[in-house]
Amino acid sequence: MGCTASRSASTLLLLLLLLLRAERPQGAELTFELPDNAKQCFHEEVEQGVKFSLDYQVITGGHYDVDCYVEDPLGNAIYRETKKQYDSFTHRAEVKGVYQFCFSNEFSTFSHKTVYFDFQVGDEPPILPDMGNRVTALTQMESACVTIHEALRTVIDSQTHYRLRGAQDPARAEHLNHGPGREPKT
Amino acid sequence: MVIGNYRTQLYDKQREEYQPATPGLGMFVEVKDPEDKLILARQYGSEGRFTFTSHTPGEHQICLHSNSTKFSLFAGGMLRVHLDIQVGEHANDYAEIAAKDKLSELQLRVRQLVEQVEQIQKEQNYQRWREERFRQTSESTNQRVLWWSILQTLILVAIGVWQMRHLKSFFEAKKLV
Repeated sequence: MGCTASRSASTLLLLLLLLLRAERPQGAELTFELPDNAKQCFHEEVEQGVKFSLDYQVITGGHYDVDCYVEDPLGNAIYRETKKQYDSFTHRAEVKGVYQFCFSNEFSTFSHKTVYFDFQVGDEPPILPDMGNRVTALTQMESACVTIHEALRTVIDSQTHYRLRGAQDPARAEHLNHGPGREPKT
Repeated sequence: MVIGNYRTQLYDKQREEYQPATPGLGMFVEVKDPEDKLILARQYGSEGRFTFTSHTPGEHQICLHSNSTKFSLFAGGMLRVHLDIQVGEHANDYAEIAAKDKLSELQLRVRQLVEQVEQIQKEQNYQRWREERFRQTSESTNQRVLWWSILQTLILVAIGVWQMRHLKSFFEAKKLV
């Protein structure tokens, strides 16, 4: 899994608003570094009536907890949790617009954290655009393929969660044995 | 394989909206592998697409930063970055695969299943590698703790012996013993 660190330009009030890809309405998963006393926000354009879900997990750092809140385009907080290690949140968008979700490490004075999140919007698009416009029912073979695809997706998802949950102990052992290692760039 | 797409938009303060495209605004993309070696360092325009394939398992670091000095003129400026990173099976372009290998729809579905299974295999290999490395690290730490405690015990014993002999010679010199 890649790790993204975004470095804002050296000037004072420059804000980087991160918008997750607007080409395919599918979803994005990202692991990023959250410095201490910092907040990082992500934005996504969601249509009305579309269901979206956010899973997040703290991988390394401090007491493995982070604050998270989600705001709709009107500024109402539709989800707010403090000091959670991992959580999952789904919501059906009532208003069309740019939704914002933020992770805050402002309560911590010295531990920077690595946070993973998986943001899914709507349903998975078909691999060929024509597949979405079918008029006939799926054949037995095709239905079997769909079932296997869903099952494999569940396997991949649980592998991801297992990998993240099991990252804490090896990371700690490395830190103890080899020292701090890669320092975060500020 | 990891494919990253990004698009940037600069905020126009006069019109209070994001400009659709900003020519001349570039982003510098750097990718580091788990050993901190740079595997990709390139500059792209305001819109770009970067690809890399990982050769070692572990945490890769992807950094994007703006190369523009124009920002220093806009205090309070904002930049909207659209970012899309696809990893593994999601990075495949199935339309391209279908055209290149001339696959029917059913064959393409099965092909996707094969790609998914390969990704599961890769993840399992990674788990095996990580567990072995964790084991090695733990063994190494254990060894170090063992040697440290042996060394510390020897030092303590040596100091104790030296103290006793020093005190004994001191008392003998003072004719108390």
